[in-house]
Amino acid sequence: MKLAKLKAERTVTLVTMALGNQTLALPTMYLREILDPLPATRVPGAGPFVPQVVNVRGAVVPQANLKVAFGIPADSTDPGLTADRRRILVLELQIDGENAMVAIEADAVHEVATIETERLETVPAAASEWPPEYLTGLYRGQDGFVLLPDLPAIFSAQVTRPAAVS
Amino acid sequence: MTDDMTAIFRDELRDLLDSLERGLLDLTSNPDDPSLINQVFRDLHTVKGSGAMFGFADLAAFIHKFETFFEHVRSGRLKITPEIIRLSLAARDQIPGLVDGIPDPDGQRAAILAAVTALMPGATPAAATDAATDAPAGADTETDPPAAEGPSRLVFRFVGDALGLGAQPEIILDELRALGATGIVADLDDVPTLDSLQVDQCLFTWSMDLPATVAESDIEEVFVFAEVDWTLTRSTATEADQATQGHDFDLTDPETADTGTPQGHVAAPQAAAPAPLPPAAPLAAVPDHPAATQMPQAATIRVPAERLDALMDSVGELVIVEARLTELARLSRDPALMSTAEQITRLAAGLRDATMTMRMVPMRSLVARFRRLVMDLSANLGKPVTFSVLGEDTELDKTVIEKLADPLVHILRNALDHGMETVAQRAEAGKSPVGVIELSAEHSGAEVLIRVRDDGRGMNADRIRAKAVAQGLIGADTVLSQQQLLSLVFEPGFSTAEAITELSGRGVGMDVVRRTIESLRGQIEIESALGKGTTVTLRLPLTLAIIEGLLIEVAGEKYTLPMASVHEIVALPPEKATAKRGGDFLDIRGSFVPFLRLRHLFDCKGDPPGEQNVVIVQSGEARVGIVVDRIVGTNQTVIKQMSKLHSSVRAVSGATILGDGSVALILDVGHLIGNGRVAPTESGKSDSLKEVAA
Repeated sequence: MKLAKLKAERTVTLVTMALGNQTLALPTMYLREILDPLPATRVPGAGPFVPQVVNVRGAVVPQANLKVAFGIPADSTDPGLTADRRRILVLELQIDGENAMVAIEADAVHEVATIETERLETVPAAASEWPPEYLTGLYRGQDGFVLLPDLPAIFSAQVTRPAAVS
Repeated sequence: MTDDMTAIFRDELRDLLDSLERGLLDLTSNPDDPSLINQVFRDLHTVKGSGAMFGFADLAAFIHKFETFFEHVRSGRLKITPEIIRLSLAARDQIPGLVDGIPDPDGQRAAILAAVTALMPGATPAAATDAATDAPAGADTETDPPAAEGPSRLVFRFVGDALGLGAQPEIILDELRALGATGIVADLDDVPTLDSLQVDQCLFTWSMDLPATVAESDIEEVFVFAEVDWTLTRSTATEADQATQGHDFDLTDPETADTGTPQGHVAAPQAAAPAPLPPAAPLAAVPDHPAATQMPQAATIRVPAERLDALMDSVGELVIVEARLTELARLSRDPALMSTAEQITRLAAGLRDATMTMRMVPMRSLVARFRRLVMDLSANLGKPVTFSVLGEDTELDKTVIEKLADPLVHILRNALDHGMETVAQRAEAGKSPVGVIELSAEHSGAEVLIRVRDDGRGMNADRIRAKAVAQGLIGADTVLSQQQLLSLVFEPGFSTAEAITELSGRGVGMDVVRRTIESLRGQIEIESALGKGTTVTLRLPLTLAIIEGLLIEVAGEKYTLPMASVHEIVALPPEKATAKRGGDFLDIRGSFVPFLRLRHLFDCKGDPPGEQNVVIVQSGEARVGIVVDRIVGTNQTVIKQMSKLHSSVRAVSGATILGDGSVALILDVGHLIGNGRVAPTESGKSDSLKEVAA
C-alpha cells in the first residue's frame, strides 16, 4: 500500500492500535475482525515474527508479532494499558501475490477513525528509527505521531526471506 | 479400443457438443464477438483432437474440414451469416452419428462440407489448401513419402447412374482411406446451377493422395462394384511435400508428440480407419436430431468439482465441531447429551465417508491413456513390450489422480526409453525380446502404492555413486544404502545425461516428479537390480482432506502424526532417557532404529517426565523413533494447510483443529525420518545427506 494510492481518495478510515509505546493505524479495508486473544499454538522453528498459529472460526491463521518487525522491545508496553486490553486483529491481505489471513497482536485497540488523506505524510527517511520500507506514512495524532505500517510489504518480506532455521 | 476410453470420450463429447451449440446460438445474436468465435473454434478443435485420439478417424476428418472453413471465420475473412450458423449447427448434429458409426446415406455430411467449401473466400472449388490437412489421423505416415517415388494421385468420379444403382461414395472413400488415402478433396467443378441439377447424378469428382505402395489392382478392387472413371498419376515427392505445408493443426506436430501426452499420438490410418461401413441402414433409422437420441443420459450426475470441495470443507468443519461436542458431552456426564453426541458422531462419520467416497476415482480413468502412450512409444522406439496393468479398480482422491498423470507419464517414458534395452541387447542378455512393463496400484493401509516395474537393464548403482561424488552431492566415503544411492537420481542437480548412458533421462525431470509426489504428501522410492529391471514406487495418501491421526504431547504442546505411518509405540528404556552422544538407537526386536527427541528438536523448555514413549514411524523401508512425553489418543484429523508465512518450517506438513478448539500441528513424517537418519552421523556431510534422505 503506497501513500500515493491512499491519497487518491479524499479520506481514509483507519483503526488505531497500541504496540509498545507506539500507536499504529491500519486501513480498515484489511480488517476482518478484532478478537480477544485466542489460545495460540507455537510453531517450532518458525522464528520470532510469526511464531504461532490460532484458530479463527475453523481456519488456521498465522499470528504475527509486529513488535519484532519494528524492533520494539517485547516488554515495552504503555503502563496505562492493562493485559485485558489486549486484542488480536484478523487481517486479510495480499501476501506475495495471494490473498491470505493473518492475525496480529495489539496491546490495545483504540478507535476507528476517518481522517483526511492530506494529513498523511511521508516518513522522513533519515529521521526514522523504523525500517522505511515497512511504513506507508504517518500522521500527527492527539498524542504524537501515528504510523501506518505497510502490511503487505512486511509479510511478503517474511515469505521471501531465506528459510528460517527449522 | 476399450469401452472405458470411448465412455470417457463420449462423456466429454456431450459437454463439448452442448458448449458448441450454445456458442453457435449465441453467435446468432452477437455475430461479431471474437471470444464466441474462438470458443466455437476451440470446441471444434477439441472434438477433432480427442476424436482422432480415440480412433474416430471419420469424425476427425469431418471436423477437420469444417474447422478449416471455420478458420476463415476466426481470422475475420468471413463474416458470420445466418447461413453459416445453420451449416455449423447442421455439422454439429452430424457429430454423434459419426461417433456411433451411423452411415450417411443421403450425403448430408458431404453436402455440408460442400456448402461451406463454396463459402470460403477465393476458394476454388477444389479447395487446394485443404489437400494435405484432410486426414489428421493419418498425416504422420505420408508426410514421409518414399524418397524414390512420390505418392500417387488418384482422381475418380461416378459415371452413369452409379448412385441410382446403390453406389455409396462414403464406403468407397472409407476403403480408399484404409489403403492410406489422404488429402481427399471433392471437386465441385461439374456441379451445375440449381436449375440444371439432376439429383440422381453424382457430380462430384474426388481426388486424393495414395501411398506409392498402393498398386492399381488394389484400386480396381475398391471400385469393383461401382461404375467409376478413375485415373492414377504418379507425382513427384516435392509436390507432396508442398501439399503438406501450411496448416496449424497437424496433430502429429513433433512438439506435441514430444510432450509425451497421449494426445500427441494419433493412430496411423491403417489402424484407425474403421472397417467398411455396414450396408446402409434404412433412412428411417437415422433420427432427425441424432444429438437428442444418440447420447442417452447416464445414470450418474456430474457435479462441478468446486461443489464437492465445498461439501468436503463443510464436512471437515462438522468433524471438528463433533469432536468438540463429544468432549463437552463427556464432561457434562449428562446421559441424554452423551447419547445425542454419540449419534452425531455416527452421522458425521457416515457423512464423512460418503463425501470421501464421492471424491474417489478409480485408477482406470488414468490408465486408459497410458496404454496408448506405451503402445505408441514402443512402436516409435522399436522396443516391443507388453504393458500390463494390475489394480485398475484401486480408488484415489480425485485431486491426487489429476496430479498423478504427469509424473506417471514421465516414469513410464523413462522405463521404455531408458530402462528397456533394444531387442539386440535383450537377446545378448538372454532375455525374451519382448520387454515387460507393469503398472500396478494397490491399497496398503491408508496409502495407495503405485508401482511401475520394468524388466530392463536396471540402474548401475556404482556409476550413480561415482557421478554423485563427482558432482559433490555426497562425500567420497559417505555410506549409503542401495536405496539411498538410487534416490540420488531425484536430486535436482543430478544430471546423468552423458556419463551414464543407460540412465540418461532418469535424472531429467525426476526432481519434478518427486516434487509433485511430495506436494501430494506422498513419497517416491526406486529399486533396481542391474540387468534385471527397475521398480519405481509411489506411496500416496488416500485422501488429502481427512486422515486418522495419533495425537501426542510434548512439553504441554500437542502434535498429530498420521496414523498410517505409525508403526508401533514402545516405552523409552530408562537408560536412554537422557541424550548421549551417538547412542540414540533403539533395539526393536533385533533391528536398530534411530530415534530423535521432539523436546530437543522443537527446543522445548522444562524436563521430560519420568516415563517417555517412542512412536516408531515408518515410511517405505525407513523407520525412525520419535520420543514424546505422552500419547493422547487417536483423532479424526481434518488437514488444514499451513500459511505461506510458515513455508520454511519443514517439520510440519499441516495443521488441524482439536475438539477444544486449539490448533495442533501435523508432523511431516518424511522430514522426521530424514532427520532421524542424520542424527547418528556427525560432521558437515550430514547436511547433504539430509537433503537426500528427506
